[in-house]
Amino acid sequence: MSDHSHLPAWREQSLGRRLFLQVSAASAASAALVVAGCDTSSTPTPTVDTNQILLPQGNQGMLYYAYLLSLAKSTTYQKVVDSPPGDLPAAERAIFADMRDHEVVHRETLKYLIDPTRAKALFPSDFAFILTRFTLTSRAGVLAAALQLEDLAAAAYPVIVPFFTTSNSYARTLLLKMSTVQARHAATVRDLLTPGSFADSTVVNSTGQLITKTPTEVLAALAPFLAPYVLSITCPDTNPSTDPGLCTANG
Amino acid sequence: MNFFQIISEIEKVDPEVYDRLDSRRSIFKHMTGLGQKLTAAAVPLALGAIFNKAYAQTPVGATVNDVLNFALSLEYLESYFYNAGQASTTLQSGLSATNKAALELIRIDEANHVTFLRGVLGTAAIAAPTTATFDFTGGKGSAGGPFADVFTNPATYLAVAQSLEDTGVRAYKGGAALLMSNKTVLTAALNIHSVEARHASRLRAMRRAGPNNNAASQGVPVAPYNAAPKSWISGTDNGGASPTQTAPIYGAGNNTNAPTNVTFDAESNTTQGGTNLTGLPNTTGLSAAAFAVAITEAFDEALDVTTVKTIARTFVVNGSTFLA
Repeated sequence: MSDHSHLPAWREQSLGRRLFLQVSAASAASAALVVAGCDTSSTPTPTVDTNQILLPQGNQGMLYYAYLLSLAKSTTYQKVVDSPPGDLPAAERAIFADMRDHEVVHRETLKYLIDPTRAKALFPSDFAFILTRFTLTSRAGVLAAALQLEDLAAAAYPVIVPFFTTSNSYARTLLLKMSTVQARHAATVRDLLTPGSFADSTVVNSTGQLITKTPTEVLAALAPFLAPYVLSITCPDTNPSTDPGLCTANG
Repeated sequence: MNFFQIISEIEKVDPEVYDRLDSRRSIFKHMTGLGQKLTAAAVPLALGAIFNKAYAQTPVGATVNDVLNFALSLEYLESYFYNAGQASTTLQSGLSATNKAALELIRIDEANHVTFLRGVLGTAAIAAPTTATFDFTGGKGSAGGPFADVFTNPATYLAVAQSLEDTGVRAYKGGAALLMSNKTVLTAALNIHSVEARHASRLRAMRRAGPNNNAASQGVPVAPYNAAPKSWISGTDNGGASPTQTAPIYGAGNNTNAPTNVTFDAESNTTQGGTNLTGLPNTTGLSAAAFAVAITEAFDEALDVTTVKTIARTFVVNGSTFLA
């Protein structure tokens, strides 16, 4: 797939204008559209912008996506552990320390899966998850931030696991094993904020299924925290109208 | 050549065309290899090949139904357990208002899972068991098993509930590997299994804070986590709520006939995909030993069908073939 052909370039260069144009050109090609099976309207519109980052297609892109989620959470929880708000009780600080640990493990595991040599930068050197939009100086602010990130991650994982091809079933199995830990986190944080909200109707629908979010929705929610960079992902094989896929939500 | 126009036309006579194409994603990969060499004249031929392969696919096979019926059996087990708990006034009187509400929410979720799976399976669904199929004391029909006070003592009730939910998470994870051929069913199973994990997280919080605590998440976990667990599984949790009965829930499964690249490791596993993760960069400031524990917490392991059935049959009466 095109991700294999452009990946070495992806790894070896910072994601500047030249690479982005290469990637855009590849994804705009009609052959790639057939491969992706996407509706034309859902294909990212190539824009000449040095801050645009298009995640690779296929398995590799989903690993990048999961890495991004673990980066967001590990960055946030590290800050909470380093400078806990005065009104965050010790028992809850311990919960955040645990969640920080898990997210560091996920982040480093995903980084290893993407690049076993660990030599390459996955994103530009100044790419970061920006914490200034959160209020991490109060318990309420910390829990609100954690709630947003945990619900996003928990809703993201069940969508991407089925899209892994068997060529990388180890990675798929790992994401599967991580997915319920996200769910455990999300339930815990929800209950800290509002006891009993661990599986309420905002996250579980009337048939008892999790309400999931597509990468498009998740990336849109993360966008304010990633500025000036703008991330997008190419939907793989799915039918936007009937499939519980990457392009559209399934409720 | 408008590929989407073709698909759209086919969809008019076969609404499932997308599913057929989609679940044969390998053929798209095959197309990629052709991509650069494909001439305009060859495109129709290549697309023809795609459709031939897509329509050669068999419908939802017996294996998928077997996995779904297995999941349905476990949902019945859970659903009947929470129904019985809700019916016990003695039990309910020992629970805080928030915990009662939480257990009711879980009860409804499990009932919904039964309904959902029955809907997916249609006529292939197993017959609903009778309540006499189960003995939640673990007494196999004697009603005097190791959890004899399960419906009168909230601590015992929550211990069994946690055990059932943790089993459910591992069971769905093991079943998922068998559902990879049907992405729609797989996605539904993953959604349900994520909800089971939320239940498990909540029940663990209730156990460490106490059944009558209204702010259940604020309890403090106490190692080795049998009675006051974390919300996640740490190592093997020392065998869980009642190790004599529950240790297999956190132990290794049986790798016989496991799908390719799938192993059923104990929850204390630190090797993933052939790589020992204790060698990962440790930016946590934890000791190597503590970091290894964090690694075990960061992954929920899968369990094979045979092992799950053995665990679940702890609560099935002797002589019943349910979950056999």
